[in-house]
Amino acid sequence: MLLNELWFLLIAVLFIGFFFLEGYDFGVGMATRFVARNETERRMLINTIGPFWDANEVWMITAGGAMFAAFPNWYATLFSGFYVPLVFLLLLLIARGTAFEYRAKVDHPKWSGTWDWAIFIASLLCPFLWGVVFSTLVYGLPIDKNMNMHATFTSIVHPYSVLGGILITLLCLYHGLMFLCLRTTDELQLRARALAKKVFWILAVAALAFIIVTYFVTDLFAKRGALLYPIYGLDVIVLILSVVFLSKKRDGWAFGMNAGVILLTVASLFVGLFPRLMISSVTPAYNLTVYNSASGSYSLTVMTIVAVTLLPFVLGYSIWSYYVFRKRVTKDHHLEY
Amino acid sequence: MFDVLSLARFQYAATTIFHFFFVPLSIGLVLIISIMETMYVVKKNEIYKKMAQFWGKFFLINFAIGVVTGILQEFQFGMNWSEYSRFMGDVFGAPLAIEALLAFFMESTFIGIWLFGWDRLSKGAHLACIWLVTAGTTLSALWILTANSFMRHPVGFQINNGRAEMNDFFALLTNPQLWVEFPHTIFGSFATGGFVVAGISAIALLKKRQVSFYLKSFKLAIIVGVISSLGIAFSGHAQAQYLVQTQPMKMAAAEGLWKDSGSPAAWTVIASIDTKNHKNNQEMKIPYLLDFLSYGTFSGNVEGMETLQKEYVAKYGKGDYIPPVKTTFWSFRVMSGFGGLLCVIGLVGVFLLWKKKLQDSKWFLRIMVASIAFPFIGSTSGWLMTEIGRQPWTVFGFMQTAASVSPNVTAGQLLFSIIAFITMYSILAVVMIYLFVRTFKEGPSLNAKKDVSSNDPFDGEAYHVVTE
Repeated sequence: MLLNELWFLLIAVLFIGFFFLEGYDFGVGMATRFVARNETERRMLINTIGPFWDANEVWMITAGGAMFAAFPNWYATLFSGFYVPLVFLLLLLIARGTAFEYRAKVDHPKWSGTWDWAIFIASLLCPFLWGVVFSTLVYGLPIDKNMNMHATFTSIVHPYSVLGGILITLLCLYHGLMFLCLRTTDELQLRARALAKKVFWILAVAALAFIIVTYFVTDLFAKRGALLYPIYGLDVIVLILSVVFLSKKRDGWAFGMNAGVILLTVASLFVGLFPRLMISSVTPAYNLTVYNSASGSYSLTVMTIVAVTLLPFVLGYSIWSYYVFRKRVTKDHHLEY
Repeated sequence: MFDVLSLARFQYAATTIFHFFFVPLSIGLVLIISIMETMYVVKKNEIYKKMAQFWGKFFLINFAIGVVTGILQEFQFGMNWSEYSRFMGDVFGAPLAIEALLAFFMESTFIGIWLFGWDRLSKGAHLACIWLVTAGTTLSALWILTANSFMRHPVGFQINNGRAEMNDFFALLTNPQLWVEFPHTIFGSFATGGFVVAGISAIALLKKRQVSFYLKSFKLAIIVGVISSLGIAFSGHAQAQYLVQTQPMKMAAAEGLWKDSGSPAAWTVIASIDTKNHKNNQEMKIPYLLDFLSYGTFSGNVEGMETLQKEYVAKYGKGDYIPPVKTTFWSFRVMSGFGGLLCVIGLVGVFLLWKKKLQDSKWFLRIMVASIAFPFIGSTSGWLMTEIGRQPWTVFGFMQTAASVSPNVTAGQLLFSIIAFITMYSILAVVMIYLFVRTFKEGPSLNAKKDVSSNDPFDGEAYHVVTE
């Protein structure tokens, strides 16, 4: 039984990794409209995430694969239940990935301009959709006794899920701006930092609103209050610290603190869910849990061995890639995208 | 026609076929680029670096679409085939997760380093990156085919708690089906890379554009192409023999064999198939050949579809276990036909190169240009044959397609997603082809000092190169 909990934890880790990594490249994608003032600057921003975004996305794909392998019922219910939002998510991810690779293939303002809009729109909406999905997971969804979810528009889109979507989007934007502080120089860096300080206030409001609304509309605090109070307390502290460091131009520390915000925010949802995977709004008896949705212990053992063996390598070469591209992107830089 | 099952099947087929135009080309191209960069590092000749960079452009244009359409592939099992995912996820999910963890991280990280790292890494480290991408794409193929072979020949599991549970991971990995299917697919992918590079080079050779650059590219590509196409043929033959043992119905359908053949068995080359009355009108047959294809001998009976249908009814209960025969039959022939063509074209190409007659053989260069399409036609019809030939099963003998589909996804939602994906994919296809043509027209940016594309001082191209 311990394996079920372990895999819940691992999937939480994969999603935290996804929001931490792809989060900043979503944020940079959004920042192309807010920080860059011309085509060259936009191009420089996009190139700060050039070598990384694709590997970042693999965190999401691996999380999906791990759900499939460890909790087939969770994977089946979630992916079929969120059919329409996932179609949109896929279309956006397809457009976004192609846009990165193709935007600089033709030297014409209309060509790169069109792709850049695709990057902006997809970078804005993908985190929003993920935010909606995760907040509905903790809010509850119409899941029947066969674990099938029959969602209508309003069971997915409601004030709480929209608030969750906005929160995650702002969090990614804030995160992306801090990443830019670390990866750019001069004007761009100053602008990114200035905007981040402004975004902080909106983000802080959204985060507080989300925590308060979560208290009232979900049972997370009732079930896991003992853990959630300290988590959210710490969350607020690191969020404030991030902006404090930012004002002192300690960008690395600020980025690190915000990594903590992402970790704690995403973790809070998983902690609140546990041991549930999806909450049925019909009756708690239909909830998906780490016990009734999991693969057998043999399969989980195999997957554990594989994951424990491979993850260190993945982390190792990922870190190496950040070391290779540690230099900030400047005007005289060779821009690939 | 517009029921959920048909729509889900259509969407799966359409998106998978589209995805699999890009996958084999990526796998093949990255191998060829790795070889080019290796030659650059070993021979220290700049032209090989230019080759790796030039063909690398094609690779990246292609790889981008392979990656993004691949995300959809992973999501689609859950979105449209949730019952399948519930029943088989315990076994089927593992290779998919391992594919992501082992292969996707590797290829996406190192392609990023490779692309952005020409000036930042030592030659050796940069070379290692592209080989790691090659390893990543090949491993990706291995794991996804591990999952696919399980569907064709399920092993390493038991039915427990009303679903399939894995009980032997190594049985999945040592599934004999995998080891006839993986070489066949991987050789097919290498051949795709080889024939695309050779075909594009042939266009340039016909136009006498930057001849030495394209001739070098052609040489390398045709060698990869010919070795791989022979590999396709041998592994294909091995796979057919294995299929006769494990999925006799698929092979019987692929051979249009309604009744038992009797011994010795003749092979039907072409036939006009009447699926209603279970017979073929006007067949053309070659004696003994079916025995050779099935068993490697010249005698023996091969069971026909009617016999197998009776056996399956006895074993699995009432139902129609005969797959769509015409599609299986013809796609098998198209696949093997184009596979054979690749072997012949490849061998002729190598022969002409050896005789130093390639550039003068315009007829052959034109065939090479046409042959760009052949590996794609071959692999698409191969997948059609094997996936349609497995029907009505998703997992042979254990789960049928009709029972696999998501019960909570409506026909309306499916119509919406089909239209959305097809629109998106059509745009991608047009853009991608446009970029391929454009990249070719731009040509490799050769340094005048290092490349002498023609010894003829009056050649326009040579003049052009020198003035660059």
